[in-house]
Amino acid sequence: MATSTGTPQSDAVAPEADGTGVRRRDFINIAAVSAAGVGGLVTLIPLVSQMAPSKDVLAESTTELDISAIEPGQAIKAVFRKQPVFVRNLTQKEMDEADAVPLSRLRDPETLEERTKEGHRNILVTMGVCTHLGCVPLGAGEGENRGEFGGYFCPCHGSSYDTAARIRKGPAPSNLVVPDYEFTSDTTILIG
Amino acid sequence: MSFPWAKHYEPRNPVMRFLDEKLPLPRLVYNAVGAGYPVPRNLNYMYNFGVLAGFCLVLQIVTGVILAMHYAPNSLVAFGSTEHLMRDVNWGWMLRYAHANGASFFFVVVYLHIFRGFFYGSYKAPREMIWLLGVVIFLLMMATAFMGYVLPWGQMSFWGAKVITGLFSAIPLVGEPLQVWLLGGFAPDNAALNRFFSLHFLLPFVIAGVVILHIWALHIPGSTNPTGVEVKSESDTVPFHPYYTAKDGFGLGVFLLLYCAFVFFFPNYLGHPDNYIEANPLSTPAHIVPEWYFWPFYAILRAFTADILFIPAKLMGVMAMFGAILLWFFLPWLDNSPVRSGHYRPLFRKFFWFGLIPAMAVLFYCGGAPAEEPYVMLSQIATAYYFMHFLVIIPIVSRIEKPRPLPFSITEAVLGEDKKAVLGENTKPAV
Amino acid sequence: MIRIIGIAAGAFFTLSVLWAFVTGAYTAITEPAPETAEHAFHKHPRELHLQSDGPFGTWNLQQLQRGYQVYKEVCSACHSLKFVAMRDLEQLGYSEAEVKAEAASWTVPGVDPDTGEATTRSGEPTDYFPSPYPNEVAAAAANNNAVPPDLSLMTKARHDGSAYVYSLLTGFQEQPEKLLEEFPQAKTPAGLHYNPYFANLNLAMAPPLTMDGQVTYADGTEATIDQMAQDVAAFLTWTAEPSLPKRKQTGWPVLGFLLFATILAYLAKQQIWARVKPDKNRQDD
Repeated sequence: MATSTGTPQSDAVAPEADGTGVRRRDFINIAAVSAAGVGGLVTLIPLVSQMAPSKDVLAESTTELDISAIEPGQAIKAVFRKQPVFVRNLTQKEMDEADAVPLSRLRDPETLEERTKEGHRNILVTMGVCTHLGCVPLGAGEGENRGEFGGYFCPCHGSSYDTAARIRKGPAPSNLVVPDYEFTSDTTILIG
Repeated sequence: MSFPWAKHYEPRNPVMRFLDEKLPLPRLVYNAVGAGYPVPRNLNYMYNFGVLAGFCLVLQIVTGVILAMHYAPNSLVAFGSTEHLMRDVNWGWMLRYAHANGASFFFVVVYLHIFRGFFYGSYKAPREMIWLLGVVIFLLMMATAFMGYVLPWGQMSFWGAKVITGLFSAIPLVGEPLQVWLLGGFAPDNAALNRFFSLHFLLPFVIAGVVILHIWALHIPGSTNPTGVEVKSESDTVPFHPYYTAKDGFGLGVFLLLYCAFVFFFPNYLGHPDNYIEANPLSTPAHIVPEWYFWPFYAILRAFTADILFIPAKLMGVMAMFGAILLWFFLPWLDNSPVRSGHYRPLFRKFFWFGLIPAMAVLFYCGGAPAEEPYVMLSQIATAYYFMHFLVIIPIVSRIEKPRPLPFSITEAVLGEDKKAVLGENTKPAV
Repeated sequence: MIRIIGIAAGAFFTLSVLWAFVTGAYTAITEPAPETAEHAFHKHPRELHLQSDGPFGTWNLQQLQRGYQVYKEVCSACHSLKFVAMRDLEQLGYSEAEVKAEAASWTVPGVDPDTGEATTRSGEPTDYFPSPYPNEVAAAAANNNAVPPDLSLMTKARHDGSAYVYSLLTGFQEQPEKLLEEFPQAKTPAGLHYNPYFANLNLAMAPPLTMDGQVTYADGTEATIDQMAQDVAAFLTWTAEPSLPKRKQTGWPVLGFLLFATILAYLAKQQIWARVKPDKNRQDD
């Protein structure tokens, strides 16, 4: 009576005796479930990518700065992509200090030349973002603590940077990042 | 409760056994929407809408949480933040259209679910609690949808907020201060927008909670079916999984086809152009109408144009509008016919198809039309019928009607005969 | 008991609304609502065919560029476009350098870096199109209290919006004599302009496109009034919904996949239910 009156079988997925029937039925069920799975996964693309930066955020890509007013020994803070940028006009003494350090003593070996543009050795442009966990280091403002190496000092966890903004002491893994920039004239730079 | 023949969950591998001992969540799912839930074998496609409504709720919560990541509930920037979402956020346009049309489709599904319940007598004992919880869900949905529509802060948002909170000002004595309290001001502004956003975010989770109660209550007596005859034996049922999961999967596919056709090709068809104009407290749009799913009740609100005795027309309209939904709470007791399904109730069935459905259609149409003749008069007739139907016709019909003979069992209804059915008059096949 | 209360409440509501019906019907018969000029003479938008119409529609970039030129040279004198950024012009087929040059040709509000005073500067791609007025009060004051609406969303904010913009721009005319005969009090007031495509027929905006050749198109298309109106309607269709072609192009694969998955789901459902469906051939054994 079970099959002729249509009583459901005890186990819906139990294979039937007929081998070919099993294969075809399984195939359609697996295909249907897989299609649902693929559809679900593709749906995740917009759900995930909506959190990536939107067009207006990506578009805010350049900052133009007039650096003519920065006296040697001074620095200014500017904003690039919602993050601080330090532009520092190095004194001869600061450049000499930076050159005097042997590269082997550095955690992230880079010369001052590599971190500045040709012909503008005294203009050091770096992001004002500590490479440890992202605090803004002190030292760009007038009278701020420049740390024991005369560059920048991050008060959060005590990272000290030298006059070329290279990491010398503390937990930060690398030097302050030099963003992409170019001199559009002798006194203006374009970051980004 | 469960039927004695319901299958028992038997975890096969050690991980599931461990889980079953410590936190029997898989067992709960198995018994709720798995093979452990026996369901009448004769459910038709009208019974797909419960699962679809659940899907819509999840869809709205997922897309809604994402929209909230980009939306700013401040009257100065709300409209702009919505446009930012539409223009600059990756896939933002799709997510917003998915949410806006998702609300409409949620209501389509829920209306069909409710009217299936009306026709097949799903509200009757022993399922009154399921019905009551369902009406609560519907009310919460209406509140949520209304507050959600305010958020983009377009013209319809603003004037909708003003008009709907204005309903409360009809209440004698406390009405005016109540409206001011609801809005946190004398007109909708930042305070109202912020609280609507907060509640619009909260209420869907309350709905989810009531939905769980709704399903819990459903599992006490089990699902009803188009014959209205209770399950008698194992041959009357099939396990929910794989039978109804498969059927619901197909139903979901059809639903998604229609839904995506709207999202991708007619995303603004169900909306109103005025909501693409930023809110302006100094100018009311020419025709303010709520979203389509409120139209029947909006038509009832506008149908009461004359003062009755000492009750002003405005208060009558508000009472009728709320009454039109609240009366659903009493439906299980207004209708005391012993027969559940409209299928076997010749008189009830006539009033359903030739009374209630046309009246609802007229109310839907007139609620979206401008407040002019002949729409007002049409909606007055339909409103009169609406109240007559639920409060007068149903109690009387359930008294005087002579129902058609019921099949002995679901199995008999499906197969045309049942070997056990040897009870003289009850042998007429139902399909 | 509950049924008796129910019937009483039902009778109350039914009678109330029927009473409202009777009084309303009486008023409607004794004092029929007067016909209004708006109702009698308002016209639905004329037909407009754009390349972006239909389920496979895409932008006609040449036309959008022409429409942008009309906006820039004509509309922008009064109307803002505040939700559109100049960087978005790249979608119209301009190169990065062209967008930069185009942005620089607009003047946007700025801040003097030395004094902090409000000033103006030339635009950058990240700027949004500037409003011609410093604020809404100024806009109202300059336009006889009729604030020119922002155009970013105009084609979505009106029924049949693209055709509406096109019709409105080409629909200015003298008031028909028939209208003045039937509704003498509906004469267009001084300072307003008759346009049957506008909801209440009289529009504060003076005809903006007044003669052929008002702009000189870079691509050599003849700038008739009709052409300019079509082009700017197409441009405003883009500003209202830049994602339109992408939406349709995403929709087709989605629907195709869903159709495939739904057919599979149907077959799977049929397979599964075949086990319990009564077998018609064997019903009589």
